[in-house]
Formats: sequence, structure tokens, C-alpha cells
Amino acid sequence: MLHLTIDGVSINVPAGTTVLEAARGMGEYVPTLCWHPNLTPANACRACVVEIEGSRALVSSCSRQAEDGMVVKTKTERVHNARQVIAELLTSTNNTASAGDLQELVSHTAANTLRFAGGETWEQPLRDDNNLFVRNYDACILCYRCVEACGVDVQNTFAIAVAGRGFDAHIDTGFDRPLPESDCVFCGNCVEVCPTGALLDKKEYELRQSGRWEEQDITTTRTTCSYCGVGCELELHVMDNQVVKVTSPEDNPITHGMLCVKGRYGYEYVQVHEDITEPAP
Amino acid sequence: MIYRLFPNPELELATAPASRERLVERGFERAYENAQEIGSDTVIQHIQAIRLGGRGGAAFPTARKWLSVKNEAESIKYVVMNADESEPGTFKDRELLLRDPLGPLTGLLIAASAVGAQQAYVYVRGEYRDVEIRIQEAITVLAEAGWIGPGKVSIDVRRGAGAYIAGEETALFNSIEGYRPEPRVKPPYPTAQGLFHKPTLIQNVETLANIALLFAHDVDWFRAVGTDATPGTKLVALSGHVANPGVYEVPFGIELGALIGDGQYGGGTGTGRPLKAVLMGGAAGTFITPQEAFEARLDYPDLAKFGAGVGSGAIMLFDSTADLGRILTGLARFFADESCGQCVPCRIGTKRILELLETQRLWDRRADLKDLATAMTDASICGLGQTAANALVSAMNRPSLWNEPAAL
Ligand SMILES: Cc1cc2nc3c(=O)[nH]c(=O)nc-3n(C[C@H](O)[C@H](O)[C@H](O)COP(=O)(O)O)c2cc1C
Ligand code: SF4
Ligand code: SF4
Ligand code: SF4
Repeated sequence: MLHLTIDGVSINVPAGTTVLEAARGMGEYVPTLCWHPNLTPANACRACVVEIEGSRALVSSCSRQAEDGMVVKTKTERVHNARQVIAELLTSTNNTASAGDLQELVSHTAANTLRFAGGETWEQPLRDDNNLFVRNYDACILCYRCVEACGVDVQNTFAIAVAGRGFDAHIDTGFDRPLPESDCVFCGNCVEVCPTGALLDKKEYELRQSGRWEEQDITTTRTTCSYCGVGCELELHVMDNQVVKVTSPEDNPITHGMLCVKGRYGYEYVQVHEDITEPAP
Repeated sequence: MIYRLFPNPELELATAPASRERLVERGFERAYENAQEIGSDTVIQHIQAIRLGGRGGAAFPTARKWLSVKNEAESIKYVVMNADESEPGTFKDRELLLRDPLGPLTGLLIAASAVGAQQAYVYVRGEYRDVEIRIQEAITVLAEAGWIGPGKVSIDVRRGAGAYIAGEETALFNSIEGYRPEPRVKPPYPTAQGLFHKPTLIQNVETLANIALLFAHDVDWFRAVGTDATPGTKLVALSGHVANPGVYEVPFGIELGALIGDGQYGGGTGTGRPLKAVLMGGAAGTFITPQEAFEARLDYPDLAKFGAGVGSGAIMLFDSTADLGRILTGLARFFADESCGQCVPCRIGTKRILELLETQRLWDRRADLKDLATAMTDASICGLGQTAANALVSAMNRPSLWNEPAAL
């Protein structure tokens, strides 16, 4: 057990615990935007920074392992200023309409969303180039989750990466090719982990656009994917007796919320009502 | 004039920079053998005794890094020479490598044997093709001397592809590994998990040249110039409104006034107009006033009084015609262009600072700017974002540089 002090309270945590886990375990509010329980910490958003005695700069708590004797402060003026400015910078840049975690950070830090607004933004056309999901990068906060999910953390497909630098850094399929021309296998795991709505299933996108996506009318049913012998656990999201989305529980020990293209998107056959009466020509 | 890191003029005329004669005449052969003989513990003690700090900008105690890497139990370790040199106003490593490449390379080999590395890398700025060729020539000389080759340390040269951020040590490792040069979060530190996630010693060119000099001579010789706090000499790069721009080797502790005004160094602004401001330490450095410059000496404790540092040794002078707003806009554009874009405070913060400067809303947005600069310094991942607002804040804190009454 390691012994550390967080906001004046001493606690014991097992070795390997991150400062974020330790602080949240005590009930402290530590915001995160890029951190995801099933992905490697990207350290990119910097919202989870805390003060650690002996460190000149603030420290991202999501990736920092707790150490014996560490003295951590999560509520100082510096921490607050950093989080507030981060919220203000992101809102000055991105469309945050469907970014729940970011909206929470804004209200928690009482951020003034107009403070740094008025300059260049990430406003850009929707990328709608396939039947399964759309990419709405004006909402993208460059959290790296999709890149990690597409890469070594989950999918090992490497269809997308960060390209460009500074304010022009962005998620790219390689020369901004349409997704179907990229290496993408349409597993949708990037959509699953995207925290801002920048990546959205096409079905959900269309229903939302036409005002027919009613969160309160959606029920979820757990079942098992029937495509292959792995038998991933699925959650069918059903609205008006139609499957509108398929996910897998984030805490499922096999899938960790990740699926393949068949499990995630191959559900339309269950709601096609014309019987097949003769073999395809 | 003092000649230590640079060879004296007679030797420069008599021998080629990358030649066996130069290796011998400069005492580097002696240095290499001497270091092998006394063993790594003594080598590190000597480095400690001259209080050598890194010359790449951060002045981190060199001996501490060597000890950490040496003490790592891993069998595979690396040493790296950082010759990426891409900060505006910094051009001393280029000059040093062109004029005396065997010094830094000898230092690199001494480092490799002291910490137990079999593989060394030289990471050189991509635009420095002439430097790269000179390094390759020097490596050939070392191979002929039998210091590198099969069964011994090998040295590979890697070329940067045009990004300032690739000079940041962990970004540099990513670049050598074939990834985007995005800085990594520390800890783990390079000494424990650096290049290819193995213990790695990375040093600036000039730091390694000092190592070669130390073992070509001894601790007392090394300490005979400079100050108690910082023995030895420093390469400074003078640029801007200066009569004699260029790289000068000077002892630590030299009066900045002499360095700027003396005919054998800067020789004044050279424009006939008075000095208005001095930028100490490059783009991420600190603006000081002429009054401060004439009080200060080139040493860390002394410059700290003015909130400044030696940095990489870049000193930029500006005369009375200089438009500080435009200069700051140029610096802000540099950081906005060179940010890797990985973290929010730096990716968006550098952009917003640039926009504020371009629209000349600096002074009425003082309070917001202060919060932004603080957040960038506190919460950015790497030194780029952490220091990108330094020069701006230092300038705004010195009302006499402007005709503005109040400080930030
Ligand atoms: C943005 C950035 C750029 C850097 N560029 C260089 C460089 O070009 N050369 C260099 O020696 N150090 C550079 N550094 C510092 C290195 O990260 C590292 O501290 C240095 O190479 C260590 O060597 P030293 O201790 O001998 O100075 C840079 C740091 C940052 C944050
Ligand atoms: S759908 Fe799968 S393969 Fe395609 S970009 Fe997303 S994670 Fe990568
Ligand atoms: S698209 Fe979504 S998951 Fe990918 S970086 Fe942007 S916000 Fe993160
Ligand atoms: S501070 Fe800037 S350069 Fe450094 S990691 Fe963050 S975005 Fe990249």
C-alpha cells in the first residue's frame, strides 16, 4: 500500500493506482475529457491537472502513478485557472453542442465561453462519405481516443492518425481521403469512444437531424451477437420498435465496449420485413 | 578572446575540422583514453566537480543524468546528441559542429562508455546538410581511430524533418522511432525510459563538447575560467541590431554590457541608434531593458535576478526603431506554427495569443492574457507550451520598453 495525502486527507492506495483514481476514489471532482477507462491515457486535454508538491508545473493526474508520500492538491487557484482556461479555449474553437463532458467542465469552472472567442474556429463541413458513420470535426477536441481505438489499444487498423500541427492538427485518414478509400474497416470503435459527438453513427445522425431522436424513448436490451463464435455481448438500443444503435457495455470483460463491423452495424436484417422467397439471381 | 570550445585560430588554419591531426592536437584522443582509464564513477565525479549544466537550454545538472542512466539495470541503453537547434536566434551548435565536430563526438563516445550504451545517435536539424556532412566526415575519422565499429559503440546520424518541437528530447525519441515528434509525458524520464523505451542519455552538442574538453585537461583547468557557480565558457549567438552578429565563446560571468558593446564581441547596435531591448535566451526567453543588461552578468544566478536565464545562449538586440509589438507577433507566430498541437493549452493558447497580437488588443486584454499565459505555463505538456508566453509576459512587465504605463 502507498500512503499519500490528497487535499489534506491521508489515504492508502495499492501500488499502480493513478492519482486520478485515488482522488476520484475519495470523491474529489477531477474532470477529464480525453481520458477513457479502456484506453491508454493521451494526456492531451490537460483538464485533470492537479498540483503535486515538488513539481514545478501542474501534473496530469490520469497518467501519473501515485507514489508513497505524495502530497496532492486538486482545488488550488492554479488548478482552477488551468481548467477554466482549457474550457474557454475549447469552447472558443469547437462546436460543443453534443460534448457532455466539456459542457460539464464549462459549468463546473464557471468558464466564460466568450472570453477567448472571436478568432479562428474549427468550423468545417460535415464529412458524410459512407453509410455507417459521419464525421463532424468541428466538434472534435483532438482527444486522441479514436486514434488509440483504431490503433494499438483496440483495433490495430491504423486508418486514422493526427496530422498537421498547432491549431491545424487534426484527425486524418491520410490526405483526407474519404473513409471508404482509407484502411478503415468500419468497426465503429472510434465512434464508440468519441466524447464530443464528432463521430456519430449515421442512423443516429439522421434521426437527430430530423428531430426524431428521442433519448427518453430508447430502451436497451442485452443480447449476444449471433455472427461468430466469440459471442460478444450486445446492447440493442431500440426506439419505436426499431434498432437504432448497437453498442457493447464498456465494462464487459471481453469486449470492453468494442465490436466489429458486423456486430455494431450489421443489424438491419432483423428489421427487414420482406421475406426472401427465392435465391438471389 | 578565449578559445576552448572553439579551437584557436592557428590550429583551425593548420588542421581540417574532421581530421586525425585535429583529434590529436585538440587533446581529444587523450580525453577518450583518459576517460576509459579512470572509469565511469570517476568520470561522473569529475563532471560533478565542474558543475556542468546542460547547454541546450534547461541547464539540468549533467552528472545527475549520467548517474541515473548508468545505474539503470537494463542491458540496452542509448546516448543521443541533440543537434536539432531550431529556435530563432540560436545557431551556436551549427558553428561548433562545423568548426570542431570531433569535440562533441568524443564527448558522445565518453558518455556512451560511462553509462554503458552500445548505440549512439546524432539527431541533426534537417536543414543543416553541411553540418551533417561534416559529422559524417568526423565519424569516419573516429572509425579510423578504432573508437567505433563492430563490437564497439556505433554512431548513427538521424536528420530532423523541419520541426522545432523535434528538439524536445522525448519528441526527438519519437522522431527517431519513426513517429510524429510529439513530446511524451514525464515521468518516466528519458534516463529510465527514453529512446525505444530504454534508458537514454540525451545531451546538447555544446554540453558534450565540454565533456571532451574536461577529459582532455582536468577539473582545475576547466574551473580556471568562468564563475564558481558556473565554471567554463558559453557559446553565445548574437543577432538582431548588432554590429558584429555571430557566435562568440565567452567565460561565464562576463558582463552583458561588454558582450553587447565591446568591439571584440557585439560592438553595439551598429545602427548608430541606442539599444532598446535585449531578448535573452531565444524565442522562449526574457526581454530585459538596456539598464538591466548593463547591470547583469552572463550567469544563471545573476540573470535570475531579472527573471532571465542563459537559455541556449541566444541574445537578440533591438535598437530604438524596433517595433516591439511586431517582434512579439513574430515570436507568437513561431510558437503557433511550431506547437505540435497535442495539448489544449498550447494548441489553442498559442493561436489566441497570436490573434490578440495581430489585432493589437494586447493591452485591453491584459487580465485574460495573464490567465492564459499562466494556464499554458502550468498545464502544457512540454517546454514549448510552458514557455511560449515568457517573452511576451516579460516585455509587458517592463513598461519602459513601451510607452505604456502599467505592467501585466
Ligand atoms: C520545444 C523544445 C525544443 C528544444 N530544442 C532543443 C534543441 O534543438 N537542442 C537541444 O540541445 N535541446 C533542445 N531542447 C532541450 C531538450 O529537451 C533537452 O533538455 C536537451 O537536449 C538536454 O541536453 P542538455 O542537458 O545537454 O542541455 C528543446 C526543448 C524544448 C522544450
Ligand atoms: S471505424 Fe474502426 S477502422 Fe474505421 S477509423 Fe474507426 S476505429 Fe478505425
Ligand atoms: S473525433 Fe472524437 S474521439 Fe477522435 S479526437 Fe476528435 S473528439 Fe476525440
Ligand atoms: S506544449 Fe505544445 S508542443 Fe508541447 S506537447 Fe503540448 S501542444 Fe505539443
